[in-house]
Amino acid sequence: MTVNYSKIGLKAGLEIHQQLDTREKLFCSCEPQLFKEEPEFTFLRRLRPTQSELGQVDPAALFEFQKGTRILYEANNETACLVEMDEEPPHDLNREAVETSLIAALMMNAKPVDEIHVMRKTVIDGSNTTGFQRTCVVALNGEIDIKGKKVPIQHVSLEEDAARKTGKEGQLIRYRIDRLGIPLIEVTTAPVIYSPEEAEETASAIGRILRATRRVRRGLGTIRQDLNVSIRDGALIEIKGVQELELVSQVIENEVKRQLGLLEVRDELKKRGVKREDIIEDFVDVTSVFKQTKCKVIAKALKQNNPVLAVRLTGFAGLLKRELALGMRLGAELAGIARFWGRVGGIFHTDEMPAYGVTVEEVNQLGQLLKKKSMDAVVFVTDTSENATDALKAVTERAKVALEGVPEETRAANPDGTTKYMRPRPGAARMYPETDVPPIQLTKDYLDELRSRLPELPEQMMKRMMAEYKLNRKLAKQILNSEYLDLFESLGKETKVSPTVIAVAFTETLKALKRDGINVEAITDKQFRELFSLVGSGKTAKESILEILTWLASHEEATADDALNSLGLGMISQKELEKLVDDVIEKNRELIEARGKGALGPLMGIIMKKARGRVKAEVVSGILKRRLEESLS
Amino acid sequence: MSEEFPGYRGQALRFLKKAGAEIGDVIRVTKDGEKWEGILIPRSEIGDEKHIIIKLKSGYNVGVRIESTTRIEKVGKGIKPAFTPPSLPKQKAGLPKVAIVSTGGTIASRVDYRTGGVRPALSASDLYSVVPELSEIAVVDTEILFSVYSENIASKHWIETAKTVTEHIKKGVAGIVVAHGTDTLGYTAAALSFALQNLPVPVIMVASQRSADRPSSDAATNLLGAVKAAAAAPFAEVVVAMHETVSDESIVFHRGSKVRKCHTSRRDTFKSINTSPLARMEDDKITMLIKSYGKRDPSRKLNLKPDFDDRVALLKFHPDLNPQIIDWYVEKGYRGIILEGTGLGHVGNYCFSAIQRAIEKDVVVAMTSQCIWGRLDMNVYDQGRDLLAMGVLSLEDMLPETALVKLMWVLGQTTNTEEAKRLLTENIANEISPRTLHEKVGY
Repeated sequence: MTVNYSKIGLKAGLEIHQQLDTREKLFCSCEPQLFKEEPEFTFLRRLRPTQSELGQVDPAALFEFQKGTRILYEANNETACLVEMDEEPPHDLNREAVETSLIAALMMNAKPVDEIHVMRKTVIDGSNTTGFQRTCVVALNGEIDIKGKKVPIQHVSLEEDAARKTGKEGQLIRYRIDRLGIPLIEVTTAPVIYSPEEAEETASAIGRILRATRRVRRGLGTIRQDLNVSIRDGALIEIKGVQELELVSQVIENEVKRQLGLLEVRDELKKRGVKREDIIEDFVDVTSVFKQTKCKVIAKALKQNNPVLAVRLTGFAGLLKRELALGMRLGAELAGIARFWGRVGGIFHTDEMPAYGVTVEEVNQLGQLLKKKSMDAVVFVTDTSENATDALKAVTERAKVALEGVPEETRAANPDGTTKYMRPRPGAARMYPETDVPPIQLTKDYLDELRSRLPELPEQMMKRMMAEYKLNRKLAKQILNSEYLDLFESLGKETKVSPTVIAVAFTETLKALKRDGINVEAITDKQFRELFSLVGSGKTAKESILEILTWLASHEEATADDALNSLGLGMISQKELEKLVDDVIEKNRELIEARGKGALGPLMGIIMKKARGRVKAEVVSGILKRRLEESLS
Repeated sequence: MSEEFPGYRGQALRFLKKAGAEIGDVIRVTKDGEKWEGILIPRSEIGDEKHIIIKLKSGYNVGVRIESTTRIEKVGKGIKPAFTPPSLPKQKAGLPKVAIVSTGGTIASRVDYRTGGVRPALSASDLYSVVPELSEIAVVDTEILFSVYSENIASKHWIETAKTVTEHIKKGVAGIVVAHGTDTLGYTAAALSFALQNLPVPVIMVASQRSADRPSSDAATNLLGAVKAAAAAPFAEVVVAMHETVSDESIVFHRGSKVRKCHTSRRDTFKSINTSPLARMEDDKITMLIKSYGKRDPSRKLNLKPDFDDRVALLKFHPDLNPQIIDWYVEKGYRGIILEGTGLGHVGNYCFSAIQRAIEKDVVVAMTSQCIWGRLDMNVYDQGRDLLAMGVLSLEDMLPETALVKLMWVLGQTTNTEEAKRLLTENIANEISPRTLHEKVGY
């Protein structure tokens, strides 16, 4: 299906979050690092929604609180102190981070504010120990050029990264606070992006500018894109956490399809004459149907004395399994909502039955108990009575909304470019001042000084890449889009390896490896340096780069030398090589007799293949030419 | 400074007045061709007079510098927030009555997201609406006694508080909660321990280390713990209810005479010193940690002794302490000096003659230790024995702050120095532990 995006009124805006490469965190002197080991200590908290002056409380937040959600924070002493634990007030705003964000802002022609005020943005899912995220605007009203179109940059903000979720067991959520407090720059565009391609280009251009400051962090999760997407008659959907640039356009395409699909569902329901009042919160205990069930999930729940509750969705037959967009169905939407509000593992529905060990007989009994007609669907769920009831309440509520079209909500991006329900959209921005952090004034002198030493813009850098490193345009562009730009430049200067070879390794090679599922993020700067130093000094050939990188990706502490030895990719000695050449000539007598000097090319190929990168082509060709002539004469 | 324009003065104030804009109004600031539009926000007291703060549509605050070319226009009238209190939770029937007396420090609050103001919630209905669980524990009666920062609390406030608590007890409440800032909470707790003798019901002091406006605040948990204990705890003593650890898991009740603020910022800042906490509450269940305690008995008659003499000093000894300071206290008519000596109870011998002079003038001089943990023993070294011989009293394992409060109270009870000395060394409110147990010291 090709979509005419301007016809359906697509509007998208971007929020790009990028971790800054500072020495310390944003509000304390902890190392901005993550840890893999077991936590050294943990602590348990609850977050209570605060009431606003108007007497309002965020309903989703209140719900979570009332259900007794508790948060277990994991920490170690290297990456967290009392500030992250919300046991000590924040220290002053990190000036290094302020400077980097201002540099980025100036590069996007944004106007720095005269005085920076840190705010508290209420977030009570546990990702912030305080119950709010500290954030501040450093500049406003910038713009960047995307293929001749000016895309306004509304805000450039500086904020603390959140803790990372490491698990959930029932009502207990685990978060690790190592990431909490790492400085993030947030760049917000106006919602003036009208196609998925444009969104991707914009995200990529912002990413290039941020990297051009040369003060941003690298690696998985260090850059995250949030999108807001709406279409005419649809709804404003916030999509959180798109980790790969390449996914931006795909996520938007899928979101548009999902919204269009939901609109079709709405029309279909209308056609079927379904009304709001037809969808009733009438939950039926159908446990008896499943007494002998072969369905493992249900059998297990029944063993724990949990009931199976069901609800009829009048007129929904066939709509739950309808694919809205790639892999996204209304059934999954209902399941997402049920998970959030009912804390259940998932739901079952008749559109997908018989399946999961549920028999036709059971489905029929279920239908009878629910007075299901052929055009109806039944959703059933098993969990504690309270959870199952909450889940079905949410399901019926969501089914009613399906009659109206697309509900506003916050969704989370999946690694495959689809999205899933995350939570209802939070109410109006709940921000109030962080009074523990004094404001910072930005003087004209300071800003002028920053302006005088702004780093190269990506366009200038592009030209320099081509001139200084003799990269072709495509490669220059790729390396500018790469997180390894800095490393590339320093290796280009310090090793004898051709910059093109290095650039290819950092772009095409890594991309290919990633595609094959190799964890290239694990390869350290040190290992890259060692590798290119080996190539530069002739200890291995450029042809072995791919193999060595593959090996290094799964050998964390090892050196490139270890890789070389382990893979047997050290250079072949002169003697070995001569023997190899002689063997090949011997075995290809017929070819040489037939083609004479013309056999040089094919023979080269055979030898290079056998040498597997352990020899330089010019050396082989020298020896081969000489031996070939000898053997011909 | 101006009342209508909190925090604003000088140039910024002049510009705002000229524009006729009030806090909460939507204003537009034009400067160097740039326009900034947003709601005018109060400025913090420490801010300079060159910037005004506006809240942008996105919710962010930014400061805009006022220069000679700056223009401010009012473009919209501020909408005053109309508070619609959420429906109050249903009060469970037959619950015990608990009085909550607040002296300052915020145990519950609301946030005005429009201007960033944080308003305390103090009335009973406010408390119910912010901490609805209260309605399942007790019928709450609130009294705002004063709104004083903890560091401004003085002995006159202790007296007032003790009298107020007494009135509530006379009305027959099941227990009393006293909300107080953390900084001097230990002093007030000690004062109430001496002033309220023969308690029939518990007096639970409570505070918070994280302000009540934040979702992570310890205020509500501590308050709930305090109210539950006031309503149902088996003990009838003056205690401080606070977090036991950095987790929101358990509340401990420290005896008012043995408790000290030990950390500038942690939730578990209060520690029982040289003793165990009296009790712990976990999962709504109270467990006594000390076997011998004053039991709840509503028929018991409270003995109120609310008099304190403020002519008592707490003097920390340090190398090079000028002994003339001791003379100064004596000249100024001080009746008692608590020394916070080193180690087992020592001060430099260059202070001896000044101490001698004080004692000769009938000033009560007593020793505590700046080590915080442990018991004095002034018999171990010569200089300790010399001080004892001079008439300096050894206060065992009593906290220096408790010793100060106790001597103030003792001198409020008697004008007789000998009687005062006797009272000071007598164990009145468990301020002296007979045994020093092997316990975890510090964090």
